[in-house]
Amino acid sequence: MPAPAQRRLIFAHIDEPGYTNDLACYLRHGGYEVLKKAVTRKPEELIDEVKKSGLRGRGGAGFPCGVKWGLVDRKSGKPIYLIVNADESEPGTFKDRYIMHQDPHQLIEGTMISCFANNVKQAYIYIRGEMPHGARILEKAIAEARAANFVGPNILGTSYSCEIFVHRGAGAYICGEETGLIESLEGKRANPRIKPPYFPAVLGLYQCPTIVNNVETLCHVKYIAEHGGEAYTKIGTPGNTGTRIFCVSGHVQRPGYYEFEAGRITLGQLLNEVCGGPLPGRTFKAVIPGGSSAKIMRFGERYKGKRKVGAEMVDYDWGVEDVPMDFDSLAMIGTMGGSGGVIVMDDSVNMVEALANINAFYSHESCGQCTPCREGALWMKKITTRMVHGHARPEDAALLKSVADQIPGRTICAFGEACSWPTQSFIAKFGDEFKQYPEAKKTAKPADAPALI
Amino acid sequence: MNLKSATLQAIDEVITHYPSKRSATLPLLHLIQEDVGYIPEDAIPWIAAKLEIQPINVYEVVTFYPMFRRKPIGRRHIKVCRTLSCALLGGYKTCAAFEQEFNTHRGEVSPDGEVTIDFVECLASCGTAPVVLIDDDLHEKVDGAKAKQLSDQIKQEAATRR
Ligand SMILES: Cc1cc2nc3c(=O)[nH]c(=O)nc-3n(C[C@H](O)[C@H](O)[C@H](O)COP(=O)(O)O)c2cc1C
Ligand code: SF4
Ligand code: FES
Repeated sequence: MPAPAQRRLIFAHIDEPGYTNDLACYLRHGGYEVLKKAVTRKPEELIDEVKKSGLRGRGGAGFPCGVKWGLVDRKSGKPIYLIVNADESEPGTFKDRYIMHQDPHQLIEGTMISCFANNVKQAYIYIRGEMPHGARILEKAIAEARAANFVGPNILGTSYSCEIFVHRGAGAYICGEETGLIESLEGKRANPRIKPPYFPAVLGLYQCPTIVNNVETLCHVKYIAEHGGEAYTKIGTPGNTGTRIFCVSGHVQRPGYYEFEAGRITLGQLLNEVCGGPLPGRTFKAVIPGGSSAKIMRFGERYKGKRKVGAEMVDYDWGVEDVPMDFDSLAMIGTMGGSGGVIVMDDSVNMVEALANINAFYSHESCGQCTPCREGALWMKKITTRMVHGHARPEDAALLKSVADQIPGRTICAFGEACSWPTQSFIAKFGDEFKQYPEAKKTAKPADAPALI
Repeated sequence: MNLKSATLQAIDEVITHYPSKRSATLPLLHLIQEDVGYIPEDAIPWIAAKLEIQPINVYEVVTFYPMFRRKPIGRRHIKVCRTLSCALLGGYKTCAAFEQEFNTHRGEVSPDGEVTIDFVECLASCGTAPVVLIDDDLHEKVDGAKAKQLSDQIKQEAATRR
């Protein structure tokens, strides 16, 4: 079946010739019209639209945005904060970058609508430190929006006032985790907080109720405020509404970002048709479908079971290529849609080496608070690095698995899961390659095989 | 530590962004590093006094975040992405090419003082791998040839300056 056409809601103007990131260009394209209408409505109505839309967070967890907003403690009398999570650092993910650099006003409009809906008077955009131009572009855009009365005191002549500031991170991945981000914004080490009691909706920034949403999520809110929650549910599939931006990287002919209706394209269509298939002379070997912590899929494996279609339960029997790209289908087959980062590996890749690369990332990025995470991530890195650069032992696969199995569920934040899933899934699916690695190391590698560690 | 007046102004302005002064710790560190080139020892008590916190509160932040450095580096900072998508398309080779061009190793200042090369983790531009951040500017699809070209540019700028 041919792949559907892209449906660009959020990336409508990305890479459009002549589209610039200044206010004048945004206004020429109908910019801030949605905010103008939004501030004439009741805030609760806007929250209801988001609830109706079924919008799920695009930062990784896919948590329903309307539900998150519903959990905010509005009775405490404390100010409510909104933080835009622009830390974009899950390996394989590169969508928020383009929104912020090329269409910053779309984010600011979505943020202001969300702030108005939730009676937020102060928002922060937490942008990763390695995007200094992005931070400057956002600051300029906010200044333009402030001058035009879209941000700041008495927005558009109403009694509603709200300020936005940009806050830069400084190179730590864990700042993407929402409570680590909050600590970081308070000027501390980004050590995630334990939940309960520190649910951001109740005890977030400065111990006040706080909403943390991903950049892309807030852009969807703008679309929903414009077209209504009901209309949004018509896009995508039930339970997985709207569009998803897939960031495809690694061994395909045409890597890049592609926006499709959620669940309406399969992984095979995405990789073979949209991205042009494997590199010349190569075949696909494995794919990580939702950012580097998502469990890996092995080409050739099959997923079987029963799933709900409408009111009925039907059997499914899918190969990797058949899996629809949405949160629920990917969860059903044991991995996740996560942040939309699709990392593709072909048959030139040795899986021990690929895992060693990923493990080096997680060991570098653990905040170090929880022993299972800090030590486990380091051991997994040490074992895989030793396998590649020193002596690989036949029992290493079992050792790796036992270390990985002792981390999840025993840590303060979900990084514990994130760092163990790669090792667990690589061993489960490519265990043969790990066992044979001592032998494989003795034979010469293909000349064009990339060094991964 | 002798900060430019523009830096001091920016510091006073950024503190007003937060209801709690301590929140300005990262912004102040960025501003000082941009001005001085690194975080000098005396910056730590200075920031602490400015934000009415303890020096340890600043110190623990400086040591946590990879972007803050305690020592001067080369004139240009070359950060090569090390993470999977870039590595799959030759990121390690790219890094080696820079090291060879400047006769240096990762984490060191090159003998001519022009560059410091570092590996960094995913820069959120995996679709144009391998990527390299030179100071504030992102360079995409940096293979060996492009690494050589970028190195030549840096060397040329150095030559005209001398
Ligand atoms: C280790 C870790 C890293 C994360 N990194 C990011 C990130 O870089 N960007 C992001 O938006 N969310 C990230 N998240 C998810 C956030 O904690 C949070 O769920 C998200 O920002 C909520 O926004 P959303 O509901 O709009 O998706 C991360 C979570 C974990 C556990
Ligand atoms: S799980 Fe890891 S990253 Fe998360 S709080 Fe614990 S040590 Fe830090
Ligand atoms: S892996 Fe290099 S930019 Fe993401």
